[in-house]
Amino acid sequence: MLDITIHITDREGVVHEVQAPTDMAMNLMEVVKGFELAPEGTIGICGGMAMCASCQCYIESDHQLPQQSEDELAMLSEAFFVKPNSRLGCQILISEELDGLKLTLAPEE
Amino acid sequence: MIKTDILIIGAGPTGLFAVFEAGLLKLRCHLIDALVQPGGQCTEIYPKKPIYDIPGFPEILAGELVNNLMEQCKQFEPGFTLGERAESIEKQADGSFVVTTNLGTAHHAKVVAIAGGLGSFEPRKPLIDRIEFYESKGVSYAIKDPEIYRNKKVVISGGGDSALDWSIFLANVASEVTLIHRRNEFRGALDSVEKVQRLKQDGLINLITPAEVIGLEGKDQLEAVMVQKEGEGARLLLTDAFIPLFGLTPKLGPIADWGLEIEKNAIKVDNALDYQTNIPAIFAIGDVNTYPGKMKLILCGFHEATLMCQSAYKIIHPNKKSIFKYTTVSGVDGFDGTRKEAPKSVVKSID
Ligand SMILES: Cc1cc2nc3c(=O)[nH]c(=O)nc-3n(C[C@H](O)[C@H](O)[C@H](O)COP(=O)(O)OP(=O)(O)OC[C@H]3O[C@@H](n4cnc5c(N)ncnc54)[C@H](O)[C@@H]3O)c2cc1C
Ligand code: FES
Repeated sequence: MLDITIHITDREGVVHEVQAPTDMAMNLMEVVKGFELAPEGTIGICGGMAMCASCQCYIESDHQLPQQSEDELAMLSEAFFVKPNSRLGCQILISEELDGLKLTLAPEE
Repeated sequence: MIKTDILIIGAGPTGLFAVFEAGLLKLRCHLIDALVQPGGQCTEIYPKKPIYDIPGFPEILAGELVNNLMEQCKQFEPGFTLGERAESIEKQADGSFVVTTNLGTAHHAKVVAIAGGLGSFEPRKPLIDRIEFYESKGVSYAIKDPEIYRNKKVVISGGGDSALDWSIFLANVASEVTLIHRRNEFRGALDSVEKVQRLKQDGLINLITPAEVIGLEGKDQLEAVMVQKEGEGARLLLTDAFIPLFGLTPKLGPIADWGLEIEKNAIKVDNALDYQTNIPAIFAIGDVNTYPGKMKLILCGFHEATLMCQSAYKIIHPNKKSIFKYTTVSGVDGFDGTRKEAPKSVVKSID
């Protein structure tokens, strides 16, 4: 399988169903950017280094996600609008296990 | 009033290289940046990280690239207005512009080049009720003059280097320093973390973790912050100052209201020619512009800066022709009197 389906609710509340490739070393932030589900300049500001929280999202399905790194935990501790299911999209690599993932983008800071 | 030929808004890599290219055409530049140091994203976000796609540099640290760009444009004596945000632009009767910053510094130039990247770097403000009301009444997001905190009570929040470093510094200045962070762990240089640990043990820093400031109190001036420690009730902490240090984030800001055509948070330009905007003599170069096929890369910004300068020359000197020259062939004459040139080849006969 090459593509997986992800359900993304954007910051306006619109739900998008997108097909993301698993063989391009893409992360969730890049998928959102690629499909232009958030305006340019409001997501991926640090380029995906867990240093800006512009890619924060709330995970709404119970998929097994990669463990949070120290950097991600540190950044989320300084982010705003954080919830227990908050993750940094740039730290989640697209893989086959994530097929059917549901998430909502956190508001812009 | 500061006068120059090309006023550049943004001192990132694109703006800095524009100074060099303008200098070759004997045009002077002045740069405005909201940050207190030049370098844009390179110095603010990733100074110690390597870049691999600068032509001719297999690997270079972002901070080093900026140092090199500063060194390269030095002989053209650029002026800098740092720590100020370009706020408004006014077209003069003769077609030139006056750009004024948030602190009222006015700049006059015939050509304006916006090299604003992702926008002006602004502090991230925590979402606390009425925080804006207390700005400059006890709340600030950066420390410009630490002396104003002498013998005052100060609360700092944040978990990175600046929160740690300022807590350490103010421990010797303020009467009381409290550092509040949402976690027990800090993301900063090991040395700073250890220093804070020691100052805490010596009773010089009051450390509250994991905790958060959730409210601000005071009639006309900040008098106390409401602190919520995990697993405990909220409590009031008397203080003269609250300094949240959560880093900076870029915002396009006032430039969006200058009458320029904006698309996808970027300024639309004519990429067929010279990266001019819909307003003649205002250019947009580097990450801040957009056109079909645009890529936000440093090397693209360099190219755009070069072409912009050619058009700027024609606007500034409508009756002169610029002659294209290689730096290798004609050398580089600085405004500071220095000259760089290729060593002359030796002509000698062999008997
Ligand atoms: C983590 C990361 C890694 C990157 N890696 C690479 C890479 O490998 N290769 C590559 O080519 N690129 C890379 N980039 C992108 C590169 O850094 C940018 O393309 C480059 O910095 C753009 O330069 P610039 O001068 O156009 O804008 P910026 O560097 O964004 O500088 C713009 C400056 O303008 C200032 N400004 C804006 N508006 C105003 C205003 N109104 N008043 C005052 N000041 C203002 C801002 O404060 C800022 O300092 C990376 C970016 C990041 C974040
Ligand atoms: S893109 Fe900056 S933290 Fe994810």
